[in-house]
Amino acid sequence: METINLESIFEAKLAKNEMIEPKDWMPDNYRKHLIRQISQHAHSEIVGMLPEGNWITRAPSLRSKIVLLAKVQDEGGHGLYLYTAAESLGTSRDEMLDALHTGKAKYSSIFNYPTLTWADVAAIGWLVDGAAIMNQVMLQRSSYGPYSRAMIRICKEESFHQRQGYEAMTTMAFGSAEQKQMAQDALNRFWFPTLMMFGPPDSESPNSDNAVKWKIKRETNDELRQRFVNQTMPQIEYLGLQIPTNSNIKWNEERQQYDFSEPNWAEFKNVIHGNGPCNKERLKARNEAHKNGEWVREAATAYAKHQNEKNIAA
Amino acid sequence: MSDSQGPLWEVFVQKKSGQPFVHCGNLHAFDKEMALQNARDLYTRRMEGMALWVVLSEHIVASSPEDQGSFFEPANDKIFRHPTFYQVPDIIKHM
Repeated sequence: METINLESIFEAKLAKNEMIEPKDWMPDNYRKHLIRQISQHAHSEIVGMLPEGNWITRAPSLRSKIVLLAKVQDEGGHGLYLYTAAESLGTSRDEMLDALHTGKAKYSSIFNYPTLTWADVAAIGWLVDGAAIMNQVMLQRSSYGPYSRAMIRICKEESFHQRQGYEAMTTMAFGSAEQKQMAQDALNRFWFPTLMMFGPPDSESPNSDNAVKWKIKRETNDELRQRFVNQTMPQIEYLGLQIPTNSNIKWNEERQQYDFSEPNWAEFKNVIHGNGPCNKERLKARNEAHKNGEWVREAATAYAKHQNEKNIAA
Repeated sequence: MSDSQGPLWEVFVQKKSGQPFVHCGNLHAFDKEMALQNARDLYTRRMEGMALWVVLSEHIVASSPEDQGSFFEPANDKIFRHPTFYQVPDIIKHM
């Protein structure tokens, strides 16, 4: 009886669009879903630092270097906001990091693709951050309070990321013929991996149903993907670039939206399961960074313990 | 939750002097000084504030959601605590 009552209070809150807070009763599956989604989101921010970090030392100007540093630092901060949001559900940072480092937890498949040229870094800012923002704007209204609040902060900070990417892309697209070709290549290579970021099609998305029912997500994968294509197409046209290879983007007068080809979902699954071009490299880099920081954590723990003892003695 | 990352701290930021300190999030740190420096790096990278408070999360005492109704009930039926409860003659312009 008790559970039924608590569940109806929870449902009533959702119906009234009230937020669920850490101390509120929530169904186990809601909690589990959130821990999975938020921790994967956090991992994506942290792993996402790697492909861009790869270019910090080779940024083509001091201005672009400063901007890229600031952007990568933001991504680290976003990871931290999200980890503590997940911790409020009863998991620990160590558990989450362990799941990432052992390959048990997933992160956004996009970061398993390499950044081969400077234009790729521009494409990441423009397309990948653009797609992320679309998803995150929706998540600002997520039903779990700490997640929603983290998203509001993240969106505020993230808005410069997409603009700087598009600015860099503009420089390339309006530059020399060689630069324009680099921009086109980057668009071609990042197009489908970016569309994959919204997740599998609604017809076969295992986690979507509950997420929408519980108002963790407010829109479906396909809805967001369509909106992204609609928004991005005029940006491609402005750059004077061709539509990406095999994308088949075409205005549909009847639907008043763009038609486009679906990504190769077999490739998506393959990358998710660890077989993308950079999965091993990314995991190795994360594991090494964590291992190399071990002495810092040990020293800080010892110092904190010493300080505590001193306080008690005094 | 304390693990290898140190305890959790809550962060409050004051936008400008004279304004209230507002909760903005939390972070892990091993001591006060580190908590303050991390808070600066994490929450004020864009001049969001000119002053910070950090406090160990375990030192926060919070009301519990189950008791929400009864806990706040005493204030529920006291509309006379609001200025709009009172009638002021129309000819009095400023009050």
